[in-house]
Amino acid sequence: MTWDWNAVGDFMPHFWDGLLVTLQALALGSVISFTLGLVWALSMRAPARWVRWPVGAATEFVRNTPLLVQLFFLFYVLPEWNITFSALTTGVIAIGLHYSTYTMQVYRAGIEGVPAGQWEAATALGLPVRRTWTAVILPQAVRRVVPALGNYVIAMLKDTPMLMTITVLEMLGEARLYSQQHFQFTEPLTVIGVAFILISYPASLLLRALERRLVR
Amino acid sequence: MTSGLWKLVLEGIWVTVQLLFFSALLAGAMSFLAGIARTSRRWTVRFLAGFYTEVFRGTSALIMIFWVYFVLPLAFGWQLVPLWAGTLALGLTYGAYGSEIVRGALNAVDPAQREGGIALSFTPWQRMRLILLPQAVPEMIPPFSNLLVELLKGTALVSVMGMGDLTFSANLVRLALQQSAEVYTYVLLIYFVIAFLLTRLMRGLERRLKAGIGKEPARGKAAREPEQAETTGVGAGAGAAAGGGAS
Repeated sequence: MTWDWNAVGDFMPHFWDGLLVTLQALALGSVISFTLGLVWALSMRAPARWVRWPVGAATEFVRNTPLLVQLFFLFYVLPEWNITFSALTTGVIAIGLHYSTYTMQVYRAGIEGVPAGQWEAATALGLPVRRTWTAVILPQAVRRVVPALGNYVIAMLKDTPMLMTITVLEMLGEARLYSQQHFQFTEPLTVIGVAFILISYPASLLLRALERRLVR
Repeated sequence: MTSGLWKLVLEGIWVTVQLLFFSALLAGAMSFLAGIARTSRRWTVRFLAGFYTEVFRGTSALIMIFWVYFVLPLAFGWQLVPLWAGTLALGLTYGAYGSEIVRGALNAVDPAQREGGIALSFTPWQRMRLILLPQAVPEMIPPFSNLLVELLKGTALVSVMGMGDLTFSANLVRLALQQSAEVYTYVLLIYFVIAFLLTRLMRGLERRLKAGIGKEPARGKAAREPEQAETTGVGAGAGAAAGGGAS
């Protein structure tokens, strides 16, 4: 086994470029998944069955099929319908959409965890529906689910390498490009593997601490 | 689609199912090994198991696959057959997630059960085999069922390395037909059906295992019910709460 520190040094500038793209995709993907997830969770509580049923079926479908195939779907099918995005945008949409079907369940659990007394108090005070949600239910529900949402951010981080398959140059994409140009596979791949651990392990420790503070 | 292309898809499904089966076996073995090791009394065993879990949970499955395909042959001279390389990468990665499920379920067993085993002077292995595992395993099934679906979704990643699974054959068919929407819709539906069947299978397994230890008693057992509630009342509540947390 040979380990070449020069290769590591040469790879590092590409690594930082890749890290930046990975973090961008992660941030945008999180925003989309948090927003859409809340939309799905709220529409699953709609009184009309014709709202709940399609949303439930569609999210179930997206959750149980591979993100990779969904990525290909968006990347190759949207242009056929004359909708063109950059590869990164397509990837962010796919990740955001995929994980919104998970965050939706998190929100649902959070909303169901709000004690019934809160609903009754809102009714007793004659609060309109909108205000009941925005001022009473959601603030309590969201506070509870922050750590669980954070876990999905870490999971999303670990799925960003898939964007490589649709030509996005995130960390794995950069590593593969470098490997193919220089015929050195060990160093770049190991560097990004270690980088993922160095990011996700402290993040999960942080979340555990946050969980102790927020969820009681 | 012509019959030749359908044949390609069927071969893809077969490879996906094989890969799913073998990596699920490896992941299951690793989850129990690491999960039980994390409840060990020796700190070295706990540390090693924890190290394995954090390393493989911390990195991405796709990077592991790249690593197994490209670094293992260069670094150690092990050139694995694609199926086994995919199995190794996926099994180790998802086994790390599974070990957390095993650990959570073992910790959720009522402590009085373990103490009972000690009082009866069972050896640690007997306690694990005869007292803890029979009660913990049924609680593990729902989270394992989720993990199995995640593993199924993970198998699609091997197509990146050119292994002819369902996703790979879908890409070939797309190149042949130039009808992306249709091809990928079919493939997504196939994955969905496999995931649905797996979930059903696991639900049946859970029902059988739970019936085996007298949880959710079948109709006609009403006479024994008060006795059960009395002995397992406290533990059942705690187990349910912890089980919910683990999933």
